[in-house]
Amino acid sequence: MLRRTLLATAALGLGLMTTGGALAAGMDKVKACFVYVGPIGDGGWTYQHHQGALAVQEAYGDKVELQWQESVPEGADAERVLTQMALGGCNIIFTTSFGYMDQTNAVAAKFPDVKFEHATGFKRDSANVSTYNARFYEGRAVQGTIAGMMTKSNKIGYIGSFPIPEVMNGINAYYLAAKKVNPNVELSVVWAFTWFDPAKEADSAKALIDQGVDVIAAHTDSTAPLAEAAKTPGVIGFGQASDMEAYKPSPRVSSIIDNWAPYYVKRVGELLDGTYAQSDTWAGIADGEVLIGDITEAVPAEVKAAAEKVRDDIAAGTLHPFTGPINKQDGSPWLAEGATAPDGDLLGMGFYVEGITAEIPK
Amino acid sequence: MIRLEKRPNPSRFWLYATPVVAVALTMIAGGLMFAALGKNPFEVIRTIFWDPLFGEFAWYLRGQLLVKAGPLVLIAVGLSLGFRAGIWNIGAEGQYIMGAICGAGVGLAFYPTESRLIFPLMILAGAFGGWVWAMIPAILKTRFNTNEILVSLMLVYVAQTILAMASTGFLRNPEGAGFPGSRNFSSYPAAQNPELIAGSGLHWGGVAALAVVVLAYVLLQKHILGFQIKLAGQAPRAARFHGVNPATLVVLCMGISGALAGLAGMFEVTGPAGQISIDFNSGYGFTAIIVAFLGRLNPVGILLGGLLMALTYIGGEMASTNLGLPSSAIQAFQGMLLFFLLGVDVLTNFRIRSLIGRSTTGAR
Repeated sequence: MLRRTLLATAALGLGLMTTGGALAAGMDKVKACFVYVGPIGDGGWTYQHHQGALAVQEAYGDKVELQWQESVPEGADAERVLTQMALGGCNIIFTTSFGYMDQTNAVAAKFPDVKFEHATGFKRDSANVSTYNARFYEGRAVQGTIAGMMTKSNKIGYIGSFPIPEVMNGINAYYLAAKKVNPNVELSVVWAFTWFDPAKEADSAKALIDQGVDVIAAHTDSTAPLAEAAKTPGVIGFGQASDMEAYKPSPRVSSIIDNWAPYYVKRVGELLDGTYAQSDTWAGIADGEVLIGDITEAVPAEVKAAAEKVRDDIAAGTLHPFTGPINKQDGSPWLAEGATAPDGDLLGMGFYVEGITAEIPK
Repeated sequence: MIRLEKRPNPSRFWLYATPVVAVALTMIAGGLMFAALGKNPFEVIRTIFWDPLFGEFAWYLRGQLLVKAGPLVLIAVGLSLGFRAGIWNIGAEGQYIMGAICGAGVGLAFYPTESRLIFPLMILAGAFGGWVWAMIPAILKTRFNTNEILVSLMLVYVAQTILAMASTGFLRNPEGAGFPGSRNFSSYPAAQNPELIAGSGLHWGGVAALAVVVLAYVLLQKHILGFQIKLAGQAPRAARFHGVNPATLVVLCMGISGALAGLAGMFEVTGPAGQISIDFNSGYGFTAIIVAFLGRLNPVGILLGGLLMALTYIGGEMASTNLGLPSSAIQAFQGMLLFFLLGVDVLTNFRIRSLIGRSTTGAR
């Protein structure tokens, strides 16, 4: 069962809106539709969303009809695809990329009877828009622990997609965890400015390896960074969004798996039995939405044990990846001794923590 | 044996028949591909070409055709002028992005002022942004004889990086909680490019596209510049004797195509797209190259080609959603269109000669 985390996006003054959505009457059959930013075959982000969609079909069989559209650009095209889906009889539409935020809200306003679920966004302009996200940064803390203990050059790397809060969370959590186990660690960040472009992703990995980096974490959607890491002995990396088990046992030594299935099954189920209501969900390791993929034998037993302890402590709620004292990159204080980061800070994170020498592209 | 023989003059019949034959061949080859994917080819072809025009949701989709075709036509007409003169601007995508950034930037600089002058100013800024971006390859070509194909293409990637910077940095919505993307123009009426007639899909970009088709037609038929453009493409030496300055022509053609691409970007960002975002550009600049050739580099042809291309996008999307086709199958289908177009195009300049019997005699 998912623990629902209700968030107030304080910056927008939206407040809690969960009570805003009217309860829908139960339905006999639900047409559930999914909009994907990449191809299902990306082996990462979109693939995992599609696995979630298939799980919905599995759970409810004939009571659910699935429809999806791959590789929808985040712009005017998305608005048309959403409108077509709404016109075509979809009852609930999952828009699975941050860039669909304005389009989701615009179309939702025109179709009040259709439920819209937007992944990783924060706007819920009408009562039929819900948002959902996963605490990926919790998984980054596990990866950072492995990275800090495994690096021989003391240089670890991160391939960023875009400098948005979700990615900044990941970079900072990865670095803080690595530094905790290895005070000498240095982090390099390369920005790919894409979610899915295997060639660019591979180039980014290569640029990091050329700098002497031997542990690479990627925040893009394809397996290309791992394929690139596999070319250089001694370089390791992690599966991102999906397990990417084809690269086991090395370079893929562990992974973050986005497990959307429980959420999708739950939301469609609520629509079927009439308990559906507007919500804002941000679930993590404890809820099973973020899974840590098998840690392979390519890492020593004590590294594996340390990483698993981080995972289990986060799941138990005894460890928060952002626990003070933490300063911002410019030295100004962020979190006091023992304080944990409020969700609002994480959702709007636009800074590096102290110790990271890279610059945020402006 | 079959041999291709060069025609003394390009065939007028094949010039106009080529697009029709190419579309027909695409339907056949695409149908075979859809059948191989386990779908009913007739149903898929009907979904792509018929449903958006006359199907259940045609009232919505016809308008969307205009939304999609508008920028394609606007860019393609500009490109066609250069292509006719042998000036290859491949970087319209970058000029489109820069036009959008400049247009949106000017609009957002005035936020939240309400004035009737803001939108016209943004139009100028959009055209200017695209023009400047096209002037870089143009001036490098005229000064240092660099290759405009490479330079304009590489500048697309520079523009994409600037776009990423704009949406995460200097144009970012200050009320967006740190998320990338500018303010949405739908909530800023003075700078908005609205639908002119509700439900028609027609916005100022579509109006501009129609106007540009007419202007380009007149330019090519009646104006000395149009004559010079055609002459430079067909007979560069003759053009030089005729007093055509190649450098001027490069600057003019690149400038016009850049400004039009910039306009398209500006109309798109303030209208259908609504905001500057990291992935705001969706390939119009590249697709317009196909549209330009599909329309035989003729303004009226480009108008039809743009509508046809929009149809394959929107119909293809419907086929992909409703019939469960992978999106790459639709892309392959669109690729076939260009492939057959260029393939059949050979017949405009060459004729097929059967040499059975004769070739054996020749070998003796």
